[in-house]
Amino acid sequence: MVSQQLKIAMVATALVAFASIIPHSGSFVILLATRAMAFAILAMSVDLLLGYTGLASMGQAAYFGVGAYLTAILAARFHIGLGWDFWLVVVLGILIGAALAALFGLFALRAGGDYFLMITLALGQCAWGMAYRWNSLTGGDNGINLNARPSFGLDLGNAVTFFYLVFAFFAASMGLMYVLVRSPFGRSLTGIRERELRMQILGYNTWLHKYIAFMIAGGFGGLAGVLWALTNGHVSPETVVLTTSVDALLMVVLGGAGTLVGAAVGTAIVFGLREYLSTLVPWWQYVLGGVYVLTILYLPMGLMGIPSRLRQRFASQGKSEGSKRLATTLS
Amino acid sequence: MTNNLRKILLGSCLALGLAAAAPAGAEELRIGYIASTTGISAQVGADMVNGFQMYLDEHNGKLGGADVKLIVEDDQAKPDASVTKAKKLILQDKVDMLIGGFLASTGYALAPVSTAEKTLYMSTVSSADDLTQRQLSKYPYFLRTSYTSSQPAQPLGQWACEQGYKKIVTIGADYAFGYESVGGFQKAFEDCGGKIIQKIWPPLGTKDFGPYIPTIKADTDAVFSLMVGPMSLQFPKQLRESGYNKPIIGGGTSYDEFALPFMGDEVIGDVSALHYSAALDTPANEAFVKAYRAKYGKVPSYYSENNYTAAMWLDAAMTKAGGKFPGPEQFIKIMQGIKLNAPRGPVELDDMRNPIQNIYIKKVEKKKMFGYDKDELWNVVIKTYPHVSQFWTYGKEKFLEQPVYDRDFPPCKFCE
Repeated sequence: MVSQQLKIAMVATALVAFASIIPHSGSFVILLATRAMAFAILAMSVDLLLGYTGLASMGQAAYFGVGAYLTAILAARFHIGLGWDFWLVVVLGILIGAALAALFGLFALRAGGDYFLMITLALGQCAWGMAYRWNSLTGGDNGINLNARPSFGLDLGNAVTFFYLVFAFFAASMGLMYVLVRSPFGRSLTGIRERELRMQILGYNTWLHKYIAFMIAGGFGGLAGVLWALTNGHVSPETVVLTTSVDALLMVVLGGAGTLVGAAVGTAIVFGLREYLSTLVPWWQYVLGGVYVLTILYLPMGLMGIPSRLRQRFASQGKSEGSKRLATTLS
Repeated sequence: MTNNLRKILLGSCLALGLAAAAPAGAEELRIGYIASTTGISAQVGADMVNGFQMYLDEHNGKLGGADVKLIVEDDQAKPDASVTKAKKLILQDKVDMLIGGFLASTGYALAPVSTAEKTLYMSTVSSADDLTQRQLSKYPYFLRTSYTSSQPAQPLGQWACEQGYKKIVTIGADYAFGYESVGGFQKAFEDCGGKIIQKIWPPLGTKDFGPYIPTIKADTDAVFSLMVGPMSLQFPKQLRESGYNKPIIGGGTSYDEFALPFMGDEVIGDVSALHYSAALDTPANEAFVKAYRAKYGKVPSYYSENNYTAAMWLDAAMTKAGGKFPGPEQFIKIMQGIKLNAPRGPVELDDMRNPIQNIYIKKVEKKKMFGYDKDELWNVVIKTYPHVSQFWTYGKEKFLEQPVYDRDFPPCKFCE
């Protein structure tokens, strides 16, 4: 078993390598990487629910959406968030995501399993409906444009500066979520995932645990939305649409649920295929579909399950060889 | 010995290759094209690209003497993805201009990119009104060769009024394109003395109109429909099946050549308005329809014609510019000075960079056209409003004083 310190060191090295290589690539790659990191925060928030709490949320785009719309509306209507008050928008984005999750959680957490999935789906569609129909606030189908990125000493209009800022948020989110899932609170979430009834018998208020996890995930979703809105400067109902939630869920499954890093890896792969490969070949959708199918067939633990699967294989090989040797010596 | 020979051969091959790669004198025009080639709008995307490509093929891949490098990117009909792809085209492929874009929302998303990156964006389909109206000043590198959503609807309102219709119920897809089309129709119709007595807004993509059709008021003289895509196929059929037997008129997309071949005889006699009809009986259009149909096996839609004409427009402008792209500001000036004879008829840009063009009132008829041997449904032109601008007869200043057409503008004064 690889020790936890070594794993952390590996992830940190990968992050540093990522942050030092990408800014030297083409500006389109920088933009893509920035977008992927913003989205990865959303995917990790899904993982918090799916991988650690055992809740498959199909409505995570709602919190992402309110964060994005908040940023766009404040900037376009009230010119808030274009200077130092950008940090205020970040805080507000996290709060509004968490607040919406607090509201939706009251409904969604009454049920578990498939019913939870259906309710979050429905609530996510409510958020989409608001974005689509509340024309005076959201601009309806046309969406809202942000004409510039914030500038406060740091000019975020510069693609590389903005990349580093999003990278910082991404790394910090990953670190925070990692601390969270390894805290006693996170351990009890895992306990709920494994066997909720037993946790209840042990005296844990499992509903409250799930509720808090749901709000935290919503907060991270809101943060991801704020950053996402700034990457392309355009927010429309497409941001909140069901496929955004499904994408995030698929990315987590692809990378490996319950690993956090897996969510980021899954996001990177989907963005790489969907946004980059699509500029090279027209049949990129088959590749993406193929990757999904193969992962589900052969890697139910996702891509992050590869090492343990390899270990298992070697271990079983070793064992069978050992037993063979034993058999020969016996005979 | 053999080694030396190989080197010499290799060297001369390389030299030849280099010579072939750099033809002397010819400039390159790099065009980034945003189309939805996957997703729900993939068919429209194909029509758009085909129209543009056909003009290029007819002219040996050259526009105004410059070799065209056309790079098509798929935006999956998502405005957000179109921005990513536009940035890829500008930053990585270093294109001289962006064209294409299907949805109105795509236009709204791409126009700011053109401003931020100081790159020309020419919308060849996206028809969001305000891009060339109240918001134009924000987008100095934007121009449009298609139309505004309300541009054909306003003359249709006038026409409906002249037919003696007094009361009309509108039913339109519940999004910006629907609001702008219905709004334009209502404004012109009511200014002429008609009354819109009810406005119904089914969501975009509705296929079952069961909940909406029974609510249509019985004392209406006609129904104005604004349908898009698959909605267009379902609505007239379901409305007729319900026993409704008064006239149906519609926005251009309710009966465009995209939907028409898949419609039944129940739509014969329905009237719509647009700046193009494949049944337009002019030699230029006949040649275009025949060439397009021979090449792609279907009658061109307005999406195809708009992009064919866009390429024609670029050709004329590049010729005027001497075969070299002069930068966006200069290029827009040249584009504004061109009068074109397109398949759709004479067309030129107004000072807000939207085309002034004929608007055709079209009636669906089943007949043989252009020598094809089968009876087919065609949008036969029954009246032409020549030289129509996006401001209709209101004048630019007066038009721009009112807000953009919306769900509640003009207000429904005669709805109870």
